[in-house]
Amino acid sequence: MHPSSRRAATAAVAVLASFSLAACGSGFSSSSSAPASGSASKNTNPVTVLIGSSGDAETASVKAAVAAWSTKSGVPAEVKVASDLVQQATQGFAGGKPDDVLYVSTDQLTGWAKNGSLEAYGDQLANKSDFYPGLVSAFTYDNKFYCAPKDFSTLALVINTAMWKEAGLTDADVPTTWDQLAAVAKKLTKGKRVGLAFGPELQRVGVFMAQAGGGLVSADGKAQANAQPNIDALAYVKKLMTDGNAAFSSDLGAGWGGEAFGKKEAAMVIEGNWITGAMSSTYPNVDYTVAELPAGAQKGTLQYTNCWGISADGDNKTAAVDLVSFLTTKDQQLTFAKDFGVMPSVQSAAEGYKTDNPKMVPFINGAAYAQNLPSMAGAADVIKDFNSQLAGLKTKDPKAILDATQSNLQAIVG
Amino acid sequence: MSTTELARAATPAPARGRKKRSRLNTQAGAGWLFVLPMVVVLGVFLFLPVLMAAWVSVSDWGGRGSPWGANVNFVGARNYVEVLGGKGLAARDFGTAIRNNLYYVILVVPLQTAISLGLAFMVNKRALRGKGFFRTAFYFPSVTSTVAITVLWLFLFSASGAVNAFLSWFSITGPNWFADPRGLIHLALGGGEAPAALSQPGLFGISTWEWIAGPSVAMSAFILMAVFTTSGTFMLLFLAALQAIGEETDEAAMVDGASVWQRFWYVTLPMLRPTVFTVVTLGLIGTWQIFDQIYTAGQQGGPAKTTLTPAYLSYNAAFISQDWGRGAAIAFVLFGIIVIFTVLQRLILGGGDRSTRKQVRAEQRMQARLAATGSAGGTIPGTLAGSDHDEH
Repeated sequence: MHPSSRRAATAAVAVLASFSLAACGSGFSSSSSAPASGSASKNTNPVTVLIGSSGDAETASVKAAVAAWSTKSGVPAEVKVASDLVQQATQGFAGGKPDDVLYVSTDQLTGWAKNGSLEAYGDQLANKSDFYPGLVSAFTYDNKFYCAPKDFSTLALVINTAMWKEAGLTDADVPTTWDQLAAVAKKLTKGKRVGLAFGPELQRVGVFMAQAGGGLVSADGKAQANAQPNIDALAYVKKLMTDGNAAFSSDLGAGWGGEAFGKKEAAMVIEGNWITGAMSSTYPNVDYTVAELPAGAQKGTLQYTNCWGISADGDNKTAAVDLVSFLTTKDQQLTFAKDFGVMPSVQSAAEGYKTDNPKMVPFINGAAYAQNLPSMAGAADVIKDFNSQLAGLKTKDPKAILDATQSNLQAIVG
Repeated sequence: MSTTELARAATPAPARGRKKRSRLNTQAGAGWLFVLPMVVVLGVFLFLPVLMAAWVSVSDWGGRGSPWGANVNFVGARNYVEVLGGKGLAARDFGTAIRNNLYYVILVVPLQTAISLGLAFMVNKRALRGKGFFRTAFYFPSVTSTVAITVLWLFLFSASGAVNAFLSWFSITGPNWFADPRGLIHLALGGGEAPAALSQPGLFGISTWEWIAGPSVAMSAFILMAVFTTSGTFMLLFLAALQAIGEETDEAAMVDGASVWQRFWYVTLPMLRPTVFTVVTLGLIGTWQIFDQIYTAGQQGGPAKTTLTPAYLSYNAAFISQDWGRGAAIAFVLFGIIVIFTVLQRLILGGGDRSTRKQVRAEQRMQARLAATGSAGGTIPGTLAGSDHDEH
């Protein structure tokens, strides 16, 4: 290289270096000054709410609720609908300018709580004891109650009424035990149609583990994936499938249980309360009833929930907590339930919900015995690995699948 | 490059005074001034993010605030060790992703190169009617967004989709494409259980049996899609190269009595070598980075992790699991893999311009010898320079 060009290159590197330093200085340091203003006596910094909406109904309902709070409190507030909530929230946290309030799933809670992005404000809520205990524990990380459960879902047995009648079954035949479930599944299987279908994932098949008295992690936080109840549960599921009376929704060519059910490829599915929305919008001609899942050694189902997370770096945390208190009141939650079909996360709203939605009673009854899936750091990867093996359950040994999961799980919970 | 250097060499710089030098310096300065906007843009949007990612890959940054912040610590090669040397899930996932992507690359790159070359030949034919239509038709998938094509593919290859309906005309029961995790090589072997000898955990904790599984049925659908979408782009490159060759060469070969096949194999293809090199290099880089299809299909690498790729794994580790260090580390390992493959490919294919460089060196040697003997032979360097020019 020519001497002059070498010198010029050095100069260019110097220019670059100074630029990069300047860019860092302006881009990130502002985050540290933001929280200081949060404790002012009357903070009127606007509050932004980031939501991942299921559709127009949810967006409109949340916007109306936030606007009502804004009028009441005098704090300007804005609802933003994310197209990819996790990514947008992550960018906000990394940039030091996150949205004040956002939807947080149980899967995301651990990562964001661990890196300090979320404020643990749960104990400041007046209605803290009104939330279902199972939901509170889902949003408790490191012994701190992080955020208020927004609403929740449980899994139940959804039954095609026409096929049920056609097979000569009556209301008295709704299964309450595993044997009865296997029997009705057999009766409902006809041609290419299977009696029972569920997604090929722990998120559905896990109900049988819960019913057998198992679960991947024990109550005291120990890995117990290959415990006997779990082996029994998978063996039961395997038997249902090898007998030809049950199938994974994916084996039926459906993206999820609801699709298999709507296309009449399965007479019963294990799904959550969100299925009712899909049924009325996509498959309005399919009649169905909902029943609580049958019990194995005990009653068991799984629950899914989101919470109203508050960013630790938000610039009006006091108002944010006030907003969340408003959004989780009994009346507001019943309005949400009416507008877009979610189940209220407070126990005081249960009766009102049952009156408004008699068909959904089995779902909300599940709250009494529902389990949470493990959500500690790394659990999502373990569950994904479990699901990847579950796809081959028909030919695999249940114990081998659970042994592999156990060793993965031990690496993260000990 | 070479002309400017020759020009400089021709100027006896030290003999002239300071004036000449400073003029050269202002020229260089002006040059740098003109490229400064681009250098700055590249620096801020390319160099700096790469530098940051490199730092994140050796730090414990968790995704909150600046990665240069005070509470972010250097953790050495921990993230890399977790991915490359660990016995845990992270290493197994990475190994699975590498296996999937390797089969993808091995199948897609040769197929897309061969097919695009074939298409280019077809639409280059003088006799072909409706040339414009075919060129547009073949190029069309390339200008359509990957997301749209992926969604289309999901419909075509669904259990009751068009592809299976077509297969059923021939009494073939098509697989449930995107839900079928069985490997093609396993299927060819009869799809039984792993022999004991091959079922022990091997590289990255994955058994040899799993390594030789081949692409899954689901991945095969992605492979077909990649070939479908990229062939058009590369066809365009080949077409441009074919048109640059000109008809005279072909006619000359014809006069010499070469058959169609001989003309293709001994005349056209060697002349296309630089383009083949370009296409294979671009193909390798593109296929190792497959991400959008996997993301759009929404199966998160399923069924049974057989469509997991390093790029998707990196995204998943960072954005979903908030494990930013590992995500960045995977990205850098992937970068290393792409570099290694490109270099290997260059060695195997003989490179686009390696022979030229050899000739330049020979030329330099020749000139040096001539200079040493003192006889400035005009003809020999001239012919060499001429052949050099041809290669370009």
